[in-house]
Amino acid sequence: MSVTQPPLNSPDIRRLDPVLEPGHTYASVTDKIAAVVLTRPLGIGWLAGFTLTFTIVMVLFISIAWLVIKGVGIWGINIPIGWGFAIVNFVWWIGIGHAGTLISAILFLLNQKWRTSINRFAEAMTLFAVACAGLFPLIHTGRPWMAYYMFPYPSTMGIWPQFRSPLIWDVFAVSTYGTVSLLFWFVGLLPDLATLRDRAKSRYQQVIYGILSMGWRNSARHWHRYQSAYLLLAGLATPLVLSVHTVVSFDFAVAIVPGWHTTIFPPYFVAGAIYSGFAMVLTLAIPLRKAYGLEDFITMRHLDNMAKVMLATGLIVAYGYFIEFFMAFYSGNKFDVFLAEQRLHGPYSHFYYALILCNILTPQLLWFEKVRRNVLALFLMSLVINTGMWLERFVIVVISLTRDFMPSAWGRYSPTFWDYSTFIGTLGLFVMLIFLFVRGLPAIAIAEMRELVHESHEKGQK
Amino acid sequence: MEHHSHLHGVMGEFETPEQLLAAARKAREAGYKHVDAYTPFPIEGLAHAIGFRWTAVPLITLIGGIGGGLTGFGLQYWCSAITYPLNIAGRPLNSWPAFIPVTFELTVLGASIFAVVGMLALNKLPQPYHPIFNVERFASASTDRFFLVIEARDPKFDLAESSRFLQEASARHVSEVKDEE
Repeated sequence: MSVTQPPLNSPDIRRLDPVLEPGHTYASVTDKIAAVVLTRPLGIGWLAGFTLTFTIVMVLFISIAWLVIKGVGIWGINIPIGWGFAIVNFVWWIGIGHAGTLISAILFLLNQKWRTSINRFAEAMTLFAVACAGLFPLIHTGRPWMAYYMFPYPSTMGIWPQFRSPLIWDVFAVSTYGTVSLLFWFVGLLPDLATLRDRAKSRYQQVIYGILSMGWRNSARHWHRYQSAYLLLAGLATPLVLSVHTVVSFDFAVAIVPGWHTTIFPPYFVAGAIYSGFAMVLTLAIPLRKAYGLEDFITMRHLDNMAKVMLATGLIVAYGYFIEFFMAFYSGNKFDVFLAEQRLHGPYSHFYYALILCNILTPQLLWFEKVRRNVLALFLMSLVINTGMWLERFVIVVISLTRDFMPSAWGRYSPTFWDYSTFIGTLGLFVMLIFLFVRGLPAIAIAEMRELVHESHEKGQK
Repeated sequence: MEHHSHLHGVMGEFETPEQLLAAARKAREAGYKHVDAYTPFPIEGLAHAIGFRWTAVPLITLIGGIGGGLTGFGLQYWCSAITYPLNIAGRPLNSWPAFIPVTFELTVLGASIFAVVGMLALNKLPQPYHPIFNVERFASASTDRFFLVIEARDPKFDLAESSRFLQEASARHVSEVKDEE
């Protein structure tokens, strides 16, 4: 410690990067964000990116078409490994979505100003991730056109869903999550759509944003009800987001399969979801701020804070891994002990070591401020963590299923071309939707940015 | 064809939220009842200043949540215990702990849908036409201008008098809002 260290309450020690670079006015933030949507011409980068991801979406369509023609046998799944990539990807995608809700709802309730410039596209990310996630259980049924059987509806057969099954809970949790995320996102967008309507130059922009903004006119009465509804939605989305990954973890934890049947699963799944979600927000935010010159709005403060959240949730996840081992040996259950050994020495142990490297060891670099302030390092770190979280779900699904109770029932799993093409296809779908989103809707909440300008003015006057 | 046009009110344009807030309070004190303010972002205390205190949104949300929760539990109870009773490993037909996740999800779903639809309905949205948009300057209400409108249906409204009132309240620009039908 140097002797020149200022006292803790001095203004110097709190001199963090601003959440908004100084010098901005109501008009300048509005212009800058709206221009990305309304006036900026389509760049070669956008066109190239969109074309590439659109092509990958075609790969997804072909993969699904082939799946519908041939059945789930085209994947590497078989008894005893019936879950394979489809469920790994489902859990991975739904987890990624969680950061969007966390940023928009929980940080809103905690009155964190730095959420403002990242919440909009984080919410969009949530929606697109939930769309990708929902696809997997649907096509994993093998007969997706019969998926409506999962909903309780009065059928002529007189049968009803089995409500004691976590898989039915999942149907309700994920569809509620998708709906509430969409509502939350739309409510947040409403004033911004009106802003775009007011600034639109071409007729078709005026008509489209005019319809979408529903005639919002920024009345104080409207704002009052709006804020009330927004606050309530944030309050509702907060327990919802925790419940969704809890229910997803019940898909595993309620079963008796060794490695799944643990009480640590709900909290550790939720932490892992937030961990991977923040990694994905960084993966998207870093190129976005660069491409559209939004460094004034998405500042180093945002990146730094997100890195800290990743570090914290990463440590919770590491604790989860540790407790899994501890409980296996502490319980003395021979199947649990065997599973723990399988993770370290079994046929898929390299996945486990890669997981530890990606999710526990590498993120420890985030303790260093130098790393948190290096945009490239953060970007690479976010990719590593995304990979790590995917590996975590692979380890949970596949290692547990390959060798459970009876050696005669053991099996092996290796993904096929169609497993990979479907997974990569959803990555393409996700990124393509992000590409469309940044050009069609304001990627940063404009009205909230104006509010932020107002607050920083007020602070400046005092 | 005869063209009907009548007055919706007068609109004062302000440069800062503080001026608008002060003007709104003054209008209240001067006895105006039908006043509305338009701002590019929500301003604390403004709804209060124009005499709007209570909103039904929380109550509607509560009703939606209770309704969703009762529907969720009722649905599961009815399916599992009444219309399609199945003996699953000897567990009771009304195995309520297993019904909690779906009940919870539908509570949140009901409350959220009611909150959003309730907010839109109370705001009378979607609304394809509103006279306020006839004023060209009003487009800046979504950027950096703050507007106060004294509506013509106010018993105290008088075009000249109300315009002067707004000007005295430091409005930078005052315009008439015409309603064309």
